Amino acid sequence: MTEMQQQQPSAKKQNWLTKIREIALVPALAVFTGLLIGALVIVFSDANVLAAYGNFFSDPLKALFLSWQAIATAYGALFVGSFGSFDRLAEGLSVFFSTGESRQLLRAIYPFTESLVTATPYILTGLSVAIGFRAGLFNIGAEGQFFIGALCSAYVGYSIVGLPAFIHLPLALLAGAAGGAFWGAIPGFLKARFGAHEVVNTIMMNWIAFRLSDWLLTGPMKASGFRPVTPNVEHTAELPRLFADPLRFNWGFILALAMAGLVYWLLFKTTIGFELRSVGNNPDGAKYAGMSITRNIVLVMTLAGGLAGLAGSAQVLGVDHWVGQGFSAGYGFDSIALALLGKSHPLGVVLAGLLFGFLRSGATRMQSMAGIPIDIISVIQGLVIIFVAAPAIIRWIYRLKEKDINDDTTVLTRGWGR
Amino acid sequence: MTTVLELRGITKRFPGVLANDHVDISLNQGEILALLGENGAGKTTLMNILYGLYDPDEGQILVRGEEVSIKGPSDAIDHGIGMVHQHFMLIPVMTVTENVMLGVEPTKNGIFLDKSQVANRIREISEQYGLEVDPDAYIKDMPVGAQQRVEIIKVLYRNANILILDEPTAVLTPQEVDGLFKIVHSLIESGKSIIFITHKLKEVLAMADRIVVLRGGKVAGGAIPSESTPEKLASLMVGREVSLVVEKKKAQPKDVVLKVKNLYVQDEQKNVVVRGIDFDVRAGEVLGIAGVQGNGQTELVYALTGLLPSESGEMLLDGESLVNASPRQILEKGVAHVPEDRQRHGLIMSFPIFDNMMLCTYYQPPFSKGIVLQEKVIRETAKDLIAQFDVRTPSIHVPVSSLSGGNQQKVIVAREFSRPIKLLIASQPTRGLDVGSIEYIHNRIIEKRDDGVGVLLVSSELDEILALSDRIAVMYKGQIVDILDADTVNKEYLGLLMAGMKPSAAASKAKTSEKIVERVF
Repeated sequence: MTEMQQQQPSAKKQNWLTKIREIALVPALAVFTGLLIGALVIVFSDANVLAAYGNFFSDPLKALFLSWQAIATAYGALFVGSFGSFDRLAEGLSVFFSTGESRQLLRAIYPFTESLVTATPYILTGLSVAIGFRAGLFNIGAEGQFFIGALCSAYVGYSIVGLPAFIHLPLALLAGAAGGAFWGAIPGFLKARFGAHEVVNTIMMNWIAFRLSDWLLTGPMKASGFRPVTPNVEHTAELPRLFADPLRFNWGFILALAMAGLVYWLLFKTTIGFELRSVGNNPDGAKYAGMSITRNIVLVMTLAGGLAGLAGSAQVLGVDHWVGQGFSAGYGFDSIALALLGKSHPLGVVLAGLLFGFLRSGATRMQSMAGIPIDIISVIQGLVIIFVAAPAIIRWIYRLKEKDINDDTTVLTRGWGR
Repeated sequence: MTTVLELRGITKRFPGVLANDHVDISLNQGEILALLGENGAGKTTLMNILYGLYDPDEGQILVRGEEVSIKGPSDAIDHGIGMVHQHFMLIPVMTVTENVMLGVEPTKNGIFLDKSQVANRIREISEQYGLEVDPDAYIKDMPVGAQQRVEIIKVLYRNANILILDEPTAVLTPQEVDGLFKIVHSLIESGKSIIFITHKLKEVLAMADRIVVLRGGKVAGGAIPSESTPEKLASLMVGREVSLVVEKKKAQPKDVVLKVKNLYVQDEQKNVVVRGIDFDVRAGEVLGIAGVQGNGQTELVYALTGLLPSESGEMLLDGESLVNASPRQILEKGVAHVPEDRQRHGLIMSFPIFDNMMLCTYYQPPFSKGIVLQEKVIRETAKDLIAQFDVRTPSIHVPVSSLSGGNQQKVIVAREFSRPIKLLIASQPTRGLDVGSIEYIHNRIIEKRDDGVGVLLVSSELDEILALSDRIAVMYKGQIVDILDADTVNKEYLGLLMAGMKPSAAASKAKTSEKIVERVF
């Protein structure tokens, strides 16, 4: 015993590092392996490369060279599309410092800021799903909550005129969060009160949200004109942009980071989070300790809905300024994968959200420059998710030893009913 | 006498732990060898090596004099070694036959399962060894003792000659234990050899031919039951003198803390399992509830702690009703609960020790201010508690799942006993624990009693009830048959009541005997 205690101070730091390594290793390798297999798909979908492989035995170097070239072009374009090019950045900087003219500099950082803009809804919806996982609930309804949040924010944004921004903007954000929270609370209540499974009910709530938004966009909330879209929100309700046009980077991203911090604090530093995690890890133990399971279920679904709703708000108030049909690019669904990849930890979700943001944003450029279909990104995302969901594959590929995975693991779903 | 199995110099290292250190053990034909040792002494590791689940770092395994390499359970079975695990590996929704044939399904015409052949074989085995198992019964409908017999059949069906029984009595009622002993003897008579893993001294002395004691991964010594005593075995296991008797003064009962009147409780399947119970618990006394598991004790405790609603009747704590009170309200009134299933109710296994120490009080000052947890206070308090309650752990940051059963229970005891309490409800408080932990927890319970706490002790171990209680209530089929003064109680009479005999009939049948206050080792 005393021996063990003496070892503790030196061992403590090391433990911390090994823990991070243990947690982050599989997701990191999953991303790496996803990109690797993605590269193979790129190689073998390129006709020229395939032709070269036909003559592999006469000219193997050519086949290998072409493969390398195809991968380098594709991933190079992906990189430039998501981060920007160094040459342009250097040029922009030199122009800015010599003349004070910032346009070229802004253009150089445009891809990078666009990636952050794309990451914003991913981070917020990812937090929504992650907080559910922590409490043992599977929120598949982030997509619907996202829509409701966006519609509520849009309504407050365009219908109220004449308010100063410091009232109008928070009000519009709050409306979005409240709308999403309400949409999440319904399945939460149904589960707590009647034992109806949240997976089924959140899916149903998604469909109700989609059809409701169709109706609102073609009827009550439709702007004048032909297209089924809402009017633009007032300038006073917009999340301010940080740079001049065409950069869309706005306070939404900072809001998302702040929410991640808030969720971290809530989960790990407060009694509320302690209860949520207790209920998620062992409902019987939580009940024994005097916690109310039903109250926590409703609470966590409300919080999850609120976060997804806020994602919709940030998208409408910060980026688009109006809502149209097909407003979400599937953020709510991707967020499930993202929460898994981030191990339901707010920091992990932020990192995973950034990854998705950069991949998605860079993919457009990859398509236009390298002629690689944008869908390759979906393939890579899918592979990453498979590897994260089945870590045994990664362990097998990289010959990792199975560690004790009994730490704060999340339970995806607990079967039917309470 | 031939040696059927020999382990020579088996060594197994895990990171930071030497689980087995040059262990030499041999097993003779037709012998019951008891492998005795505390939790963590290396018994299970050794048997997992023998069963091919671990590779030894050093050492040899010899079966009938020939060195063998066992890479997995199928190798072990090929060499005639079969294992009955502590936790059964059965599929509840399948029949006995289906469970037995899993993995070795015989077929008719190459495609159709030949269940009748297996069923006949099961009947043969069942008759030969007195196992009394119906091949067509579903596992889910069988009591635990019968499920264990199915596990034994599974092993015999695969023609095992060497049977390893891992803590086979841990889950059994006293009657089922007797039944198991009979089966073991009939197995021995037909030439099988058995390794019996346990930490219960009395069982070992009652049935083993030879005893090997493991401590800290090494063979600490051997013994022959006829030449040994529980005291000697206990000190071999623990490495120090252990008191087998609970030292306690006469109780000084004061006012009634808990009054239960005509209580009815339904279980989760809506069967009425507590049927009109009356009893009192006074401050400063231990009321033991004796009874075979499954006679309503679990539900009684759940009702008293708010985990199950009561149907009718009254429960009063210091005159205040507990009916319809939530678990939290009951906690706050000063009731501590050491739950029967410590991993299901008592702990959040994936949480670190310090979180589990605060599981019931996290929301109260000084552990939180508003909604903000005071991590520093929580950690300091947890550090104090692990020192005070002798929880053996490298730090308060490790998840409780990595602790041994005894240390997990000590975490619960530390948490529950360190709160201001009036009533302590301890349900099977030492189930599955080792000698050192049992001694420790028993002494702590008596300490609480002497501090003036009312203690309700529920245990299916009669020895534990006798060792700790001041009064004993016997529960049978949801009712309390009799409440007795522990000083004058007759063990045989108690046993007969537990088995369902009426008090009058039991009294005339029981011989007079002295009270035995030994612990449950």
